[in-house]
Amino acid sequence: MRRIVLLLTLMLALAPPAFAQGWQPQRPVEFVVAAGPGGGTDQFARLVQSVIQKHSLLRVPVIVSNKGGGAGTEAFVHGRASAGNPHVVVFGTNNVWLMPLITRVGYSLSDLRPVAAMAADEFILWTHTDAPWTDARALIAAARARNGTFRMGGSQARDTDHILTKQIERATGVSFTYVPFRSGGEVAVQLAGGHVDANTNNPAENLAQWRGGRVRPVCVFNQRRLALTEKVHNGVGWSDIPTCTEAGIGPQQFNMPRTVWLPARTTDAQMAFWHGLLDRVRQTPEWAAWIESGSQSAMWRTGAELEAFIREDEATNRRDFAAYGWLPE
Amino acid sequence: MVNDLAALMHGFEVALTLHHIVLMFAGVLIGILVGVLPGLGAPNGVALLLPLTFAMQPVSAIILLSSMYWGALFGGSTTSILFNIPGEPSSVATTFDGHPMARQGRAAEALSTAFLSAGFGAMVGVVVVTLIANEIASFALRFSPAEYFAVYFLAFAAFIGMGGTDPLKTAVSLLIGLSLAAVGMDTVSGEMRLTFGTDALVKGISFLVAVIGLFGIGELLTTVDEGLHADAVDGRIGLRDVWRTLLGMPRHWVALIRSTAIGVWMGITPGGPTAASFMAYGVARRVSRNRARFGTGEPEGVVSPEAADHSAGVSALLPMLALGVPGSATAAVMMGGLMIWGLQPGPMLFQERPDFVWGLIASIYVANIVALVTVLSTIPIFAGIMRLPFALLAPLILTICLTGAWMVSGSGFDVAMACGFGLLGYGMKKLDYPIAPLVLAMVLGDKAEDAFRQSMLMSQGALSIFWANGLVASLMGLALFFLALPFLQRLFSRSNAA
Repeated sequence: MRRIVLLLTLMLALAPPAFAQGWQPQRPVEFVVAAGPGGGTDQFARLVQSVIQKHSLLRVPVIVSNKGGGAGTEAFVHGRASAGNPHVVVFGTNNVWLMPLITRVGYSLSDLRPVAAMAADEFILWTHTDAPWTDARALIAAARARNGTFRMGGSQARDTDHILTKQIERATGVSFTYVPFRSGGEVAVQLAGGHVDANTNNPAENLAQWRGGRVRPVCVFNQRRLALTEKVHNGVGWSDIPTCTEAGIGPQQFNMPRTVWLPARTTDAQMAFWHGLLDRVRQTPEWAAWIESGSQSAMWRTGAELEAFIREDEATNRRDFAAYGWLPE
Repeated sequence: MVNDLAALMHGFEVALTLHHIVLMFAGVLIGILVGVLPGLGAPNGVALLLPLTFAMQPVSAIILLSSMYWGALFGGSTTSILFNIPGEPSSVATTFDGHPMARQGRAAEALSTAFLSAGFGAMVGVVVVTLIANEIASFALRFSPAEYFAVYFLAFAAFIGMGGTDPLKTAVSLLIGLSLAAVGMDTVSGEMRLTFGTDALVKGISFLVAVIGLFGIGELLTTVDEGLHADAVDGRIGLRDVWRTLLGMPRHWVALIRSTAIGVWMGITPGGPTAASFMAYGVARRVSRNRARFGTGEPEGVVSPEAADHSAGVSALLPMLALGVPGSATAAVMMGGLMIWGLQPGPMLFQERPDFVWGLIASIYVANIVALVTVLSTIPIFAGIMRLPFALLAPLILTICLTGAWMVSGSGFDVAMACGFGLLGYGMKKLDYPIAPLVLAMVLGDKAEDAFRQSMLMSQGALSIFWANGLVASLMGLALFFLALPFLQRLFSRSNAA
């Protein structure tokens, strides 16, 4: 194996330099994933790594390390400890700014600099195919009749699925029993087995069970329908899923940005380098294929626009969390 | 059934090409290497190889990665036996009798027993997988959190209920393990627990760090304390010892079949290899004819966990493919790979990509034979290590332990913690507290806790959810029976005496 690693390093070293001017990484680069191996965030980082390798975009090797402890805070604490080190790149979601709200963590948002938000994972309301309700209105009516015992499965507590469940409750006035599991994959299987009544999984997490005819999409939390026209099961495809506004329940829009960060105290030239590199990554066919395979939406927010988005999103969630009683103390 | 057989034959055509056999050898060798080094482990090894597979056909890629996984499973048993350091959580139970055997100079016998039982378990596992491949998904879908809890409870009950040690000391050890498992973020509430405000504990206490300390370093301290009698194991070790063990294997047929059955069952239900190996060891210790010698170097104490571990490891692979839920960290990385190769794990994979699924199943047969032959031929080398004088061996073991603890997540705090666990392990041994319940509680404790609390959420707090259907009720019933067994036995023997 050492020989293979050596060979790879050699190949990378001999590859032509991708960027001629400005700052360039001098040492091997570490991609820190704020999640365990296997999930969406992990795939995100490893895909960027494989695109960089395939197109020889970097002269130095890239090492991916998973630091998923404490719902990703382990990675951000590592980012804080790497202040000023441009060879550490952290991959996460909106959990970077949500985690400090709900629990005491060892970093603050100012310890990391946002480089880019590169994709947005969509959220869909799903139910299982044995359920008597088939559309959103019927589902909500059933939940109202069940008086709080309607089981909504989700991944982790006080994370995106839980936040979305709370928003549905607020928009419709019904209450659910939220059951947190470890991962979206587990939630998908629990729904397919009929052990929970609904979930709010991302498209990729429930796709397999949909194709197997075990679960069915009810509505998508986006102002527009999904663009992908491919049919998945029984002649129904992504673009046939109504938006939740059409279906008569809110909230209108909910998604989870996939974000890339540098440690604080890195220079603007270093920021510009990573910004340029990621911009090239997102223009490759591999990137487009990955976005499509997970039915994610393309997104490209950087610089001041991204910072303003994060500030606004954080303020909204802080207000909501205070209302739910999720803020510590 | 006939269709399945035809599909399997087609799978063999895929698996038995020169290209794939070479990949299997490469995978198995790398796997043994990462399995032998605790801390590096199979998940990291698979993650390292993953970028190499992007250019391959999916079936070649999964053959490489799964072969590596089998190699790592075998490699993990090697360090358990030789140095008392389990390379993988599922080989902890192998240390209980495997290491005493190695210290008595029977390292070659212990290693060959372990590998042969593991090979047997893997083979039976894959045959079962072949037979029920198409029904497995719908069975696994019946498991809600209540059933999960019942499976974990059954593993606890089967292992803990056995006699031998002071029940109070067992309880203390169990509770320490449960507290350690609770450190870090809590899934159900989203709160941090027992982190004492430090960043280092946020990710929880790694099971591997605890095991490296408790077993590896603890054992080293005990050996030093006992006055360095561990050296001077004589005699040449050759492939003849392996052959002799092979001929002796049929003697353990009851243990082999019983443990394999437990392993296959725990692999298909979501219990997993670790729970399977503990449960098989626990059951063997209760019912075996040689139960009095368990813990002192009894071959059946090696046969049972190894056969269960591997049969569970093999039979857990199919539910993963059919449901899309990985059963272990290694499986999670492989599944990530599957998606990058353009495959969607899930119920449709079997219908849409039979070439891939049956190619993989066929490769499990071939790769396990390849792995078995490879590890058996390395026995003289590994067993030879035990002939080194302790003064040379001790620094070597300590180095492996500390590097292993470092490699888990590259943190110095983990290394310090491993040393702390070493002292704890030494203390527990001196005071005659059993370490195994602590380890079991650490592995299954937080999963069992999550499953219990999820069940309570789902039933609005009614315990009746654990009796709600035939499946969960029979699991709970069996678990309670195991728990009550020692009392029943005592009652029975008393009435006999009277």
